[in-house]
Formats: sequence, C-alpha cells, structure tokens
Amino acid sequence: MLTNKSKQVVKREMTLMEKAYLPAIFSGMFITFKHIFMKKATVRYPEQTRPFAPVYRGQHVLKIDEAGAERCTACGLCAVACPAEAITMVAAERQKGEEHLYREEKYASIYEINMLRCIFCGLCEEACPKEAIFLTDRIVPSSFERDEFIYGKDKLVETIAHPVDVTKRQTPAVLEFKKDKKHKHNLTFLDKVTKTFSRH
Amino acid sequence: MEPLLIKVIIVIVLFVITLLVALYATFAERKVSAIMQDRIGPNRAGPFGLLQPLADGVKMIMKEELIPALANKWLFIIGPCIALLTALMTGAVVPWGGPIKIGDQVITLQVADLNIGILYIFGVVSMGVYGIMIGGWASNNKFSLIGAIRASSQMISYEIAMGLAIIALVMTTGTLSLNEIVLQQDEGWANIVIQPLGFLIFIICAFAETNRAPFDLPECETELVGGYHTEYSSMKLGFYLFAEYINMFISSAVIVCFYFGGYNFPFQHELAELLGLSSNALSIIQTVFMFGKVFFFIFFFMWVRWTIPRFRYDQLMTLGWKVLLPLALANIFVTGLVMWGMGKI
Repeated sequence: MLTNKSKQVVKREMTLMEKAYLPAIFSGMFITFKHIFMKKATVRYPEQTRPFAPVYRGQHVLKIDEAGAERCTACGLCAVACPAEAITMVAAERQKGEEHLYREEKYASIYEINMLRCIFCGLCEEACPKEAIFLTDRIVPSSFERDEFIYGKDKLVETIAHPVDVTKRQTPAVLEFKKDKKHKHNLTFLDKVTKTFSRH
Repeated sequence: MEPLLIKVIIVIVLFVITLLVALYATFAERKVSAIMQDRIGPNRAGPFGLLQPLADGVKMIMKEELIPALANKWLFIIGPCIALLTALMTGAVVPWGGPIKIGDQVITLQVADLNIGILYIFGVVSMGVYGIMIGGWASNNKFSLIGAIRASSQMISYEIAMGLAIIALVMTTGTLSLNEIVLQQDEGWANIVIQPLGFLIFIICAFAETNRAPFDLPECETELVGGYHTEYSSMKLGFYLFAEYINMFISSAVIVCFYFGGYNFPFQHELAELLGLSSNALSIIQTVFMFGKVFFFIFFFMWVRWTIPRFRYDQLMTLGWKVLLPLALANIFVTGLVMWGMGKI
C-alpha cells in the first residue's frame, strides 16, 4: 500500500436504514446546502485576473542600456542554451556612427524567437552574459497564423519610451548567483575559452 | 365585468406567469447548480445574468430546424406540441389565492374549480407521456426510442404509486376538488401532518413523473445521447425542455396544494384581524405565500437534482413496484384503519 487512503471492500447486505436511501439522501443534501455558503472558486476573468508569480516566465524582452543602446552582442549563448532551439540570430559588425544603437562592436542584425517552439524555461536568460535577454510577466498573445509567432527584434527589443520592468527577475541575488563560476552554466564563452587555454 | 372575460384574463395571466416561471427556472437551475458546486453561474447577460433566459430563447429560435429524413414528419412535430400543451393545461385547476371581491363580484384566482380536479390533473399528466413517446418514436433513432420507452414505462409505473398515495389523501379529505382540499387545510392541519408517508411517496413519484434527477433516465446524456429529444433541434427541443420546467412548476404547485396548505399560511386570520386587513389584501398576501411555497419546491427539485446521482434502470423499477407501490397500499390500509377507529367512516 502506497497510501493509507485505500479502504477494505466489504460486501455485505445493506441494513434497512441504508436500503431506505433517505438518510443518505438527506446527508447528501445537507452537504450540497453547505456549499451554497462556501467561497466560490470562480475568477471573473476580464475584470479579475489570477495573480502571477513574481518570477513568472512569459514573453521575452531584449534589454537596452541606460543610453538606449542594445545590450545584445549576438554571442549566441542563448541559442546554444535553448533546449527547444527556438532562438536564431545573425550577427553583424557595428558601423561608425551606430554607437548610440549598439553597445558593443558586434550586434544581432536579426534576432528571432519562435514562440511556438519556446518552452519558457528561462535558460536563455541564465546563459546571457550581457544581461540582455529576460523573460517577463507578459503573455504571448494568440494568433491565427504560425508565422506570426516568430518574434523578431521589432517585437522583442524594448524602447526607451516603453521600458519593460524585469527587476523581479533581475534581483541582486540572481546577479550574485550568475557571478558564481562554480556552476558550469554560469561560465561565459570567454571563461570557457580562457579555461581551455589555461588547461593546455 | 363578464364572468367569461374574467376567466379569459385569468387564463392569460396564468399562461404568462407559467411561461415566465419556466423561463426563469432554466436560469435558476443553472444558478443553483453553480452555487452548489462553488461556482457563480451565468452572470454576463444583463445585471446578475438576469437576461440569460432571453439570450437562450433567442438562441433556440435562431438555430436551424432539422427534421431527420426518415422521421415521421407530422408526429415529429406533434410530439413537442403535446408535451408543452399538457404541461400548460395542468395549471388550470390549481387555486393560486383566496377569492377577491370587487364590488359584489367574487373572483376566484383559479381558472376552473373542477369538482374532479385531482382526476383532471392525473388525466392530463398521463397524456404528457404521449408527447415523449410520439417524439421518441417519430425520430426514427434508437436512442430516442429507448429514451421514450424508458420514459413511458417509468411514468406508468410511478403513476400507480402516485395515484394510490392520492387515494389516501382523498379518503381523509373526502373530496377531489383542489380548492376544497386547500380550504380544509385552512380550518385544520396541513395534510403533511395527516399524511406524511403519502407525501413522501407523492414527492418521489413527482420527481419520476417530471423526469427529473434522480429519475432522469429518459434523457440521460451519459447513456442515450439526449434520450427522446436526441434528434430535436431549435424551438422543438426548446418545447421539450420548457415542458419539463413547466411540469416542475405545476407539480410544485400541486404538492403545495395537496400537502402544504396551498395558499394558506399559519395564523393568517389572526394576522388579518391584528393588522385590520381587508379580505382582498389577505388574498394577495396568500398568493404571495403560495408562490413562495411553490418556488421553494422548485428549488427543492433542483437541490435534489444537483445532489443525487441517477438511479440504475432496474433500481428504478424495483423502487417503483416493490417499494413505493406496497407502501402506498399500506398507507391506504392504515389510513382506513385510523379513520375507522376515529369513527369517521
């Protein structure tokens, strides 16, 4: 027995009280009557919404820095980390005069997440060495066409006018954890390269 | 006013009230089931969802009307008509309140005070089974036919126990007129005190007669798709569903008249004397009480439906023939003995 919930089956004749059904019916009706006064489980959806967990993992955002330049350097670690292979990107070199757009010399000219493939595990966010990608508490809206679920930079990158709050997921504790190189998944590409060289 | 005109007005008012009650009984059913399952129920159409029955009705009328190719077309149409007609007819003999005096005219709040009111109710109710039987047979569908056969055998079986329960009541009251029965309960006790077993048998049979849970075998979705109305769509289906709710309303009214004093309420004459009410005002309060009692029994019907699971078919038949019928016979016998002992026969 895995639990102690199972009951021994007794096959015996019903007593007269049980055969009369009525006591059982009345006790059943008493139970349903009690439920009239109980708290209702319904969430009246458009007016009320279920509370989200503070670390809810929804639609991604590509962060920009304080000056408004994209943080992503197209290193590809998120794409490598992604178990669902939902992320693709094309890297490009920053040209002169684009310093206000991209923070570092390399950037992602195309960055796409297939929201139908994505399982919202948050590994991309963990892999990112530049604090560029975050999952947010926004829900990916439904659509009729499959290709509309491939989100490009137009939908992913935040703007200065509409910043996306990620402070719930980017807590100091998380930052501290990401610096801890003991964990293998916290190693950046650079760390791995230096480690390989130092071993030889 | 012409007595005929008054009767016509009462008929129309009763017709409208019956339909309105049935309309809102569908809504109440959904609300009652919801609150008993810790839900809220329909609350979107209008304030508190009160316009929901209208939306349902419009939906019913707007739906495509299908008559199966191999169905017997005329019987298929007549079926729901009979069901609704017989359901609406039974209300005619129920007294809804005390008499109202306007000038020297006395208006009884009853369509027809038949001296054989109980027989009339039984006659019309037993015709109701034709609506189900014809509809189920004309559909040319095995599920419909099984549902219809179940319905007719169930109604016939339970009508016997119901009739015998009423015979005991007729013995104690000595009349077949509903108005008489109600008036007698004003003078003495409510009949529930005199005939508790009869009441129990009657209400169980009333559940079976109206095809309500736990005896809703004719239309059990889990076994027979929709039972006798599987092939029905649009307003013809609406007629069947409506007939069920009207039957529930009328049988609640009949139960109230037979066993719970009809429109009377305790200490009504003392109250009228105390407050100095005229007889007309008292009649109006009586009507309010009547509807209050009826609504309680409609709620009771729903309460039972959302509590008890459905009986198995053989259990249903065993209960009807082997339990209720002997009990009803014993009830008649004991009633006779007691009345003989009290020297009333």
